Amino acid sequence: MAVERNMALTGQPPKSLNTIQKIGVLIGISGLLVLLLAAFNLNLPNKGLWLTMSLSALITGIIIFSKGSYDKKLEGIKNDGVWFKSMSSRGVLAWIAGVALTGFYIVLYFFAELLGLGQGVDGTNTGLVGLFDPLSRLLSGNPASQWFVYGTLYTVAIVGFGIKFLMKYKHNRYEQLRTMSVMFFQTAFAFVIPELMARLNSDTFSLPYNDLKNMWPLNYYAFEQWRVDQFINAQNIGLFFLILAVLMVFVISPWLTYKYGKRWYCSWVCGCGGLAETAGDSFRQLSDKSVKAWKLERWMINTVLVFSVIMTVATISTFLGYDATKYWFTKNVFLISVGVFLTLLFTGILYFKRDQLNNSAVKGAVGFFILTIAFLVLIAFVDLSQIQIQAKYFSFGLNDKSYAADSALRTFYGFGIGSIFSGVIGTGFYPILGNRVWCRMGCPMAGIMGIQQKLFSKFRITTNGGQCISCGNCSTYCEQGIDVRAYAQKGENIVRSSCVGCGICSAVCPRGVLKLENDSLDGRINSNEILLGNDVDLMDFVNNK
Amino acid sequence: MEHIVIIGNGISGVTAARHIRKMSDKKITLVSAETDYFFSRTALMYVYMGHMKFEHTQPYENWFWKKNRIELKKGYVSKVDHQKSQLIFDSGENLKYDKLIIATGSKPNKFGWPGQDLDGVMGMYHKQDLENLEKYAPTNKVCKRAVIVGGGLIGIELAEMLNSRGIPVTFLVREDSFWNGVLPPGESGMINRHIKNHHIDLRLGMNLKEIIADDNGKVKAAVIQETGEVIDCDVVGLTAGVSPNVNFLKDSGIELGRGIKVNRFLETNIPNIYAIGDCAEQHEAIGNRRPIEAVWYTGRMMGETVAQTICGNKLEYKPGHWFNSAKFLDIEYQTYGWVFGKPKEYEAQFHWIHKDDTKCITVSYHKETREFLGINTFGIRMRHETFDKWLTEKKDVDYVMEHLAEANFDPEFFKHFEKDILNAFQKQQTINA
Repeated sequence: MAVERNMALTGQPPKSLNTIQKIGVLIGISGLLVLLLAAFNLNLPNKGLWLTMSLSALITGIIIFSKGSYDKKLEGIKNDGVWFKSMSSRGVLAWIAGVALTGFYIVLYFFAELLGLGQGVDGTNTGLVGLFDPLSRLLSGNPASQWFVYGTLYTVAIVGFGIKFLMKYKHNRYEQLRTMSVMFFQTAFAFVIPELMARLNSDTFSLPYNDLKNMWPLNYYAFEQWRVDQFINAQNIGLFFLILAVLMVFVISPWLTYKYGKRWYCSWVCGCGGLAETAGDSFRQLSDKSVKAWKLERWMINTVLVFSVIMTVATISTFLGYDATKYWFTKNVFLISVGVFLTLLFTGILYFKRDQLNNSAVKGAVGFFILTIAFLVLIAFVDLSQIQIQAKYFSFGLNDKSYAADSALRTFYGFGIGSIFSGVIGTGFYPILGNRVWCRMGCPMAGIMGIQQKLFSKFRITTNGGQCISCGNCSTYCEQGIDVRAYAQKGENIVRSSCVGCGICSAVCPRGVLKLENDSLDGRINSNEILLGNDVDLMDFVNNK
Repeated sequence: MEHIVIIGNGISGVTAARHIRKMSDKKITLVSAETDYFFSRTALMYVYMGHMKFEHTQPYENWFWKKNRIELKKGYVSKVDHQKSQLIFDSGENLKYDKLIIATGSKPNKFGWPGQDLDGVMGMYHKQDLENLEKYAPTNKVCKRAVIVGGGLIGIELAEMLNSRGIPVTFLVREDSFWNGVLPPGESGMINRHIKNHHIDLRLGMNLKEIIADDNGKVKAAVIQETGEVIDCDVVGLTAGVSPNVNFLKDSGIELGRGIKVNRFLETNIPNIYAIGDCAEQHEAIGNRRPIEAVWYTGRMMGETVAQTICGNKLEYKPGHWFNSAKFLDIEYQTYGWVFGKPKEYEAQFHWIHKDDTKCITVSYHKETREFLGINTFGIRMRHETFDKWLTEKKDVDYVMEHLAEANFDPEFFKHFEKDILNAFQKQQTINA
């Protein structure tokens, strides 16, 4: 294709940085350099000062860079040259960033000691983790952990790139409000409040670190025994959090999703979504839009969801099993009620929503349902904690320990889904696979809300009559890989379980064809075979056929 | 099996093919000399601007055509032999058809300017134009300045494209205000200012005299008719409208005017040959429309209609209420019904403009009956369905102005201006009364 070869060769156009952008890069990189020096164990004297300088340099660098990018331009869509820039078109810079991020995740999750965790005398921190000690002591009173380092950098990224996003979309109030919302929820709910809450803990009182907006099943350890015990032991306030956690899953979240679609969470509240929308915004065009990717997505996300349900039920059933006196219902009562609940839910959906489910969806759902029920029965008759799994069969003999089946299941979920999928691949691969791989392919919370959104929500993206010109901006910039154009050019509303309501399709549309709306359930899915514009008789003919 | 051959894989031809496939099992062949696969012509600009890659402009994945049994044939048709029901390609190949749909679209106008065929002179219509632009204007180092001739929608898009790569643009517009043959003065004036705000050198009321070549036969400069000014440049864009691409049909026996003459069933004078889209010309204009409508939407509608006829449900082409849209740099434009640049004698117009100079509307209504006739909106999105309904129901202008909020299609949380607009409208009415 001559056009693309030409572009790859010349490519210089709007690619080079202006002076202000260069200054931004310089300041931002200097902030990064301080972190790097600390990581290589350079002993920085006044840690509090250096940390402050480093984090401020990171944020300031991003802000100055953004000013250089958008300040002198008129309000409007700023996608000039996205596909010419190395960083946003899978060029060399993108690969470097991808490998660096992935490497950081691997060190963070599996080799925290390399970052200086507990490497000093008496187990104090050195290196990068040590650099963050002053901030951690300021907030919670405790020394930093690798998760505190991560949480701080995560928040800095959302705030810094959030400001960039606000400048880029200064003409669009939906984008502005949504971004301020994710910046707020990350900073307050995910970062500061849990740290401050840790100050309440004492020898006799202890609350688990708790991000109030992070709900099951995204928070897959929400109902593990140690957490539930801690909550219950923390009396009223703990019980309140525990009840809130349950209400979030069964009442609050479904109700909000019914009213506004899953976007209330995925693009307004969630931390994973927050990072994707801010730091990940430059990579949204990289998501795969092929039908193949769509098929893969449906299998992956639902498999993770089912796995997460099974894992959680198994976890709860084990501690109900050997501690029957402590809780008001026993393992079998629990399993039976889960089975009854799921059966009612499943048959209800199949019956009442049969018109909206296509053949493959029904087949898949039946398969997953049978699998889930089979596991419930298995768990009822077998005590998973008594089954020992020899690790040597799975580790080429490297690990000769044995694990109880329930904890093995939990570990595998935490490791495979929680670390590798959501962290290493989900974020590390932003520059290669796009910014919402995890949200699209793996997040069990998105899976549940997706089903609710598709079948029970008032949310849809409306297509404006016959005004679509099939240009493809909407599909290109959909981070969730939805081929928005395929619907828009048919004049059809877009009702998809994966849509996180980021609103960018509507923003980039040059003809004003797309609008995110909450409206009645009737007429939400409209498929006119013939678009508005032709004479009414013709439309009647086709639609009444 | 009946063999339907369609010349042209633009929106008209592809829409016809898709609808014929939906309704029938006929053999379908889609012929194009431009590209293997259908792409959205309206999106070509975004490829140069780096918003999209060329593959993103293709609405269907490459397997789509085989799966839907639409055969694609790349080739240039040099002749239609209707006596033998066959096409003759410039390669000498033949292709038999039972029914033929001609959807060859347009080609850019050239008015015989000296130097109009030099290297570095191009339209902005075909994929090949884009490749040319990439060759002659890849950066602002290779192309120090570009001159665009012609003040329509393609001209301003080309200006936006070059602007995105920091290439200085001089934009020669024959009229004394941008697109004022179509837009009322208030709107046209706002777009003039918007163009200048983007640092585009807009020259109103100016024509091209000639294009001067360098020693290698490449563009060196353009000369302005009115002032004699010589503008050094490396690229000249000719965007002074388009005309039907029908030269290859000259001696075919198919009746031609400026385009291919068709009746309301989109039939030509030869049985089993139809013409749709930009290249089709109605014997008599439909309503306020022009006999040739080189508009994306009408091309699509003709494709839908002809597919019905070919599949045995003979249908007249009856476009509903006029609508269109465009984008002028950062300002979106939509129109529903008719608002004339120079008001008809029965027409009254109400114009409202926001003080930030990027949003305005013009509402057109009948002086005596007060029937609402149409609306132009800039920087405010409006709902197609609502205006379609109001036009069909022949609402009066007062009703439309009071219910304008119902038609708003801007994203959530956007500022609304319906109150301001209504106040301004009522004020104007009392002054006039």
